[in-house]
Amino acid sequence: MSARSSRTGRSLLLVAPLLLFLIGFFVWPLFSMMSQAISDPAVLRLLPKTAEVIGDWDRKSPPSIAMQTALTDDLKAVGDDQALGDMVRRLNSARSGFRTLMSKTTSALQDTANPPADLVSIDKRWEKPEFWQAIADALSPLTDRNLLAAVDLGRNASGQIAHLPADQSVNRVILARTFWIAALVTFTCTCIGFPYAIIAASLSGWKRDLMLGAVLLPLWTSLLVRTAAWFILLQEQGLINDLLRGLGLIDAPLALIFNRTGVIIAMTHVLLPFMVLPIYSVLITIPENLMPAAASLGAPPWRAFLRVLLPLSLRGVASGGLLVFISAIGYYITPALIGGPGDQMISSIIAFYATGSANWGMAGALGMVLLVATLVLYSVYARFSVDEPGRR
Amino acid sequence: MPMKLAKFTFASLAILFLVAPLIAILPLAFTSSVILTYPIPSWSLRWFEELFTADAWRRAIINSLIVGSGTTLLATVLGTAASLGLRNRLLLFRGSVRTLFLLPMVVPAVVLGVGMQVLLARFGLTNSYAGVIIAHTVVAVPFVVVSVTGALAGIDERVELAAQSLGASPATVFCRVTLPLAMPGVLSGAVLAFATSLDEVVLTLFVAGPNQRTLARQMFSSIRENISPAIAAAAFLFIAATILVGLAVMVFRSMLAKRR
Repeated sequence: MSARSSRTGRSLLLVAPLLLFLIGFFVWPLFSMMSQAISDPAVLRLLPKTAEVIGDWDRKSPPSIAMQTALTDDLKAVGDDQALGDMVRRLNSARSGFRTLMSKTTSALQDTANPPADLVSIDKRWEKPEFWQAIADALSPLTDRNLLAAVDLGRNASGQIAHLPADQSVNRVILARTFWIAALVTFTCTCIGFPYAIIAASLSGWKRDLMLGAVLLPLWTSLLVRTAAWFILLQEQGLINDLLRGLGLIDAPLALIFNRTGVIIAMTHVLLPFMVLPIYSVLITIPENLMPAAASLGAPPWRAFLRVLLPLSLRGVASGGLLVFISAIGYYITPALIGGPGDQMISSIIAFYATGSANWGMAGALGMVLLVATLVLYSVYARFSVDEPGRR
Repeated sequence: MPMKLAKFTFASLAILFLVAPLIAILPLAFTSSVILTYPIPSWSLRWFEELFTADAWRRAIINSLIVGSGTTLLATVLGTAASLGLRNRLLLFRGSVRTLFLLPMVVPAVVLGVGMQVLLARFGLTNSYAGVIIAHTVVAVPFVVVSVTGALAGIDERVELAAQSLGASPATVFCRVTLPLAMPGVLSGAVLAFATSLDEVVLTLFVAGPNQRTLARQMFSSIRENISPAIAAAAFLFIAATILVGLAVMVFRSMLAKRR
């Protein structure tokens, strides 16, 4: 018994370093990304005193003296201009007019020669409950604003969830485009990969090795090299256009790059091995004499295919398709290099929010949407592959 | 007969589709022209020269080697230890832990990149080699785990029990029996970890500063900004390295297969 428990202790010690490493640098980053999506400290950080007194307010009556003094004190204490800018931007997005109101107020508060009596004496707008409501709402440390905005929803003045105006509704288009491109790539991969796997499985010797090698070589080659290769082939002066012109099939070069066609071609090439290999691994387990058996019982080839080979290989097609689809929805490099502005997928938008405009909230919210979609699909995929040994 | 011809045509076209792009890029590495198109006016090695002398490319190659070695070391040690630990069937949550170890392969790189940048900024690790190596290790470690777990599954436990019954201490059993038997898996895991690090772009975009630009990152921005045949030269090196790596892994695998 003690030998057994010491063995378990040893195993734990062996697993622990990687477990801790991944919790620290894999799970935690994902959680901090998600917390960026729902946390909203821009206002709370700067207005701690206001946060204390505004809780007692009934949201309808004019602001009390205590609230005004608290806000005055908070605003006087702000030393960080960038943080102030963040807060004003946040408040202005909830209620327009805050930008001018705040700049007027802060400059009046800085005027120490003749200090203003209270906020209302600086600007009449401070009497209105609407502005205080916006502050009260923005003081909450949690927000669903980014998550709603990720699917083009937002809260209107009365706090109900509603569609954002059309000029701010781009995310649904991009999500739909991401799934559409992924579906198209999955479709083309199936159309090429399924027959390819069937042919490879029906061959033997060097022919089979050649077909498998042709799949493995691109799989092993750097993604950037493959993307660069397609860049060279597809460009206006590229080999494909040269070839088609040389054959006299076209007069003017076809537009193959920086558009949807190029993205689909390059992504199909990159992801095709993920389709072929799972189907192939299922096909080689099917007994070789099944198709001849069906034929000897009088089934024509198409019927033998539909009734025997197709049902048996469907699991391979499904897991290959899921694998391709999962990989495709997260793609960044290929659309970024081969696609045009109209072919950017959700990953590009996340990267834009994160590195381009430093909008971590939106990057986190869209990242969460992509992460959840990926994990859900992966759990379906994992079920397929777990079932495998049991079913046989 | 027409069926056979159709099959042959389809297979040839598909193989062409898969392999032709990789072959088409190779000759352009030796062009003397400044643009990346055919026909090639004359042959020259100027772009390889550019690769090894131009500051941006040379530094990128060195950075890739630094980050790749660091990642290989860290991922191989962590992944091998964890795979050894996971052999114990009595371990609680064994399945969930294994799934966690494989998940970095599944999570989209951009999502992980955003989270990684937020977290590493908190630790002051952005724009540092340590940060890039950590990020690369996260995505490289599943390959080590898969490879070593596969090798360990092929070991007959009776061999280890026999060593134990002959009086070998657990440490001796590990060093003289288990590790040598698992070595091909460990080596091919290490090779895969290096290859993963070499090709990683997205995480590098998020966590690396200008001083940690890797070769893959440099290729990405040069395709995007000013494409030149230097790309083809870099691709040539990558493909040559891939073939060498593929051969290495095949050798390790056959070592593994021979022993069974």
